Amino acid sequence: MTLTLGHFLTLGAMLFAMAVIGIFLNRKNLIVLLMAIELMLLAVNMNFVAFSSYLGDMHGQVFVFFILTVAAAESAIGLAILVLLFRNRSSIDAQDLNALKG
Amino acid sequence: MDAKTGFFYLFSVVLLYAAFRVITARNPVHAVLHLILAFSQAAGVWFLLKAEFLAIALVLVYLGAVMVLFLFVVMMLDIRIDAMRQGFWRHFPLAAFIGALVAFEMAAVLMTGFRGVEEPKAVAALVDAAGKVLPYSNTKALGQLLYTEYLYPVEVAAVILLVAMIAAIALTLRQRKESKAIDAGDAVRVRAEDRFTMVKMAATQKPAPEAAAEESKQ
Repeated sequence: MTLTLGHFLTLGAMLFAMAVIGIFLNRKNLIVLLMAIELMLLAVNMNFVAFSSYLGDMHGQVFVFFILTVAAAESAIGLAILVLLFRNRSSIDAQDLNALKG
Repeated sequence: MDAKTGFFYLFSVVLLYAAFRVITARNPVHAVLHLILAFSQAAGVWFLLKAEFLAIALVLVYLGAVMVLFLFVVMMLDIRIDAMRQGFWRHFPLAAFIGALVAFEMAAVLMTGFRGVEEPKAVAALVDAAGKVLPYSNTKALGQLLYTEYLYPVEVAAVILLVAMIAAIALTLRQRKESKAIDAGDAVRVRAEDRFTMVKMAATQKPAPEAAAEESKQ
């Protein structure tokens, strides 16, 4: 039984589903929500790398490079907003963020 | 089952276990530590896919920088776990059902569609000026692509990182009101006339006329 492209893509899909469950479960905890988003991006990157390797095309790996850049920027700003939120509200419960009455 | 397959299943099982612990861990610090484990296992899977540069970049950039940032923030915040966990298991059946459905359907489609792709295709070999075939290097191939075809996107990515850095600093920077630190800008911009003013006045003052008259009467 050899490894096929399907194995790696299935691993990515399962990781993505796990992150979706995480977003469902941790609706109150903003910091775990950010971690679940990181897991989702990891699943997407896994797909890119698998396709790039099995189709012999380096462009997929270049894309993973850019996704890593954007993910790093996103988590830096997200954590900064989280710190700001905690300073003003002393809680990171997503339920407390109702100032906009949305 | 060869070694590569065995390693793939090992990395996958540990990766999925770590991801599960990330989303269910009670303590956020444990969640971050399991996220570190998950990323390291993903780096292992990428090694199996011969994406060495990205695997090392994932370990260095993600485990070394981003996850440590997460850990700092989690440890700095005083999180009330009990309030966070309220209603946690109430949504678990629905979440597990939807997640399992997503995973099952995607796995079914992907395993039927991509089972045939067995051997990784070799990337076209590089040939130097003398016509000799160069040994393949993932880092070299990626670098050649990044700095030729993707030069402008690389610069845009650099600008994105710069903007993210400025935004993070601008968001969290605050001035203490009671601070006695000297503002260097104010100190440089000060002019001589702000510090002292020249007042012209006579060296001695004449006594007032009435006072002088009263003094002469006595």
